[in-house]
Amino acid sequence: MEGLKCEPLKVNSYVLLHTSYILLRIYPFPLFLLHFFKMIAGLSLVSNGCAQKCMHKSWWKILCVVLLFYTFIAGFLMDVPRLPALSETIRNLYFHVCMWFCMMILFTASVVYAIRYLRTNKLVDDIYSRQFAAVGIVFGVLGYATGAIWMSYTWADPNNSSFQSFSAVAREPKLIGAAIALLIYFAYMVLRDSISDIDKRARITAVYNIFAYALLFPTIWIIPRILPSLHPGGQNGNPALDFKDIDNRMRMVFYPAVIAWTLLGVWITSLKIRLSLLKEKRLLQ
Amino acid sequence: MPHLLQRRNDLKSLRHIFTLFKKDLLLEIRQQYSFYGVLLYIAATIFVLYMALESPESNVWNGLFWVIQLFISINAVAKSFLQESRGRMLYFYSIAGPRDFVLAKLLFNSLLMLLMSLLSLALFSLFLGNPGVKAAAFVGLVLLGGWSLSLVFTFLAAIAAKAQQNAAIMAILGFPIIIPQLLLLMRLSNAAFTENANIPIATVLLLVALDAMVILLAVILFPFLWKD
Repeated sequence: MEGLKCEPLKVNSYVLLHTSYILLRIYPFPLFLLHFFKMIAGLSLVSNGCAQKCMHKSWWKILCVVLLFYTFIAGFLMDVPRLPALSETIRNLYFHVCMWFCMMILFTASVVYAIRYLRTNKLVDDIYSRQFAAVGIVFGVLGYATGAIWMSYTWADPNNSSFQSFSAVAREPKLIGAAIALLIYFAYMVLRDSISDIDKRARITAVYNIFAYALLFPTIWIIPRILPSLHPGGQNGNPALDFKDIDNRMRMVFYPAVIAWTLLGVWITSLKIRLSLLKEKRLLQ
Repeated sequence: MPHLLQRRNDLKSLRHIFTLFKKDLLLEIRQQYSFYGVLLYIAATIFVLYMALESPESNVWNGLFWVIQLFISINAVAKSFLQESRGRMLYFYSIAGPRDFVLAKLLFNSLLMLLMSLLSLALFSLFLGNPGVKAAAFVGLVLLGGWSLSLVFTFLAAIAAKAQQNAAIMAILGFPIIIPQLLLLMRLSNAAFTENANIPIATVLLLVALDAMVILLAVILFPFLWKD
């Protein structure tokens, strides 16, 4: 019992010490950016060390928490432009759109590690690839959930329940793209489970990952441009996000929010990766 | 001198592709049950549709037609890799390169699927009527669509065969990937069904570009599937 009582105090002082240590240590900004992008996009195709070293660093985790706090506080309290039909629900931009950004970045990382696996044949890369895809799926589902809430206040037919108007709304080109992305990665998981040999599984799923991703991306760029859409952007504009559309005040929150959610995704992935690296320790030796 | 060598290699691989293609054709001619099996599949499915609905509207016709094309292509293409036993694959491994092998398969399946598409179009028009206004353009679209389907599913058949799975996993892997191309094809054929609408050439070119990309990806990625 004594030990249990003491523990919270220990943790607290440890956290305080650690934070102050990090805050004191000034990280050069260009290096910060470099590591950030290397971590996310897995651009370190040549050197394997960076991603693994970054994984154990704590500055970006603290940054993630700080930015998330900022997103929640500023996102809910700061002034937003009031547009017809959207009004206050526009605050969902900080959450809904960021989920899709994060999902796409995580899937991209998954493909980069799949390519890397085919080049190096190291099982570590396969583990990275799988975990990035798994967390990407989670963010995709969250994107759907936040989108469904938003839709039920803006697009849904007020005379119908939002459940009933779903079949009409789901024809949205961007929802089609998102659904395809999720289906592809669900299929990826099914394919993984259907092969028992570890090396073979890694190789075949890496091939499928690359093939599907290469066909998915043209879809996401093309389909919203040729189908009619309720989404911002749509037929004659940039379907992803028109950067001229978004208000300056909102930009102040939106960009940090994207970084925050992406960092959170990478953080969760890195924990999962570390867990499975420990699990597969004997195999990897 | 090097370019002469290159030329000789190109010729050699062309010959390999041709030989492998001829072998697939010969197998098809000698074991006709699979060809007639697919043919019967087409006829039976369309007959079921004929029983289920009479004279569908053009958009229903369109949707049904492309969904049936999808299932035909899975059935026609699936066996191309699944029929090769492990020992025979080893034999091919020793006599031909992976690129020649996959290109021969793509070629054979494309031709097979083009034939099947034409047959199913004929049967569809016979039983369910043909709502098409621009008949020639629609036949071209059907051929293009059949080709696209066969390319994507040939590569997925290679993956499914390596995973030692049946055709079911091919459907799971393939449906999400093929949705965009099917969407484009359905839009194009809707344009072919309406009197005044022009068929957008840009979309047709887009489909051709997607097909080219599938071939490229297959050539790049197949060597990794090939070695065991």
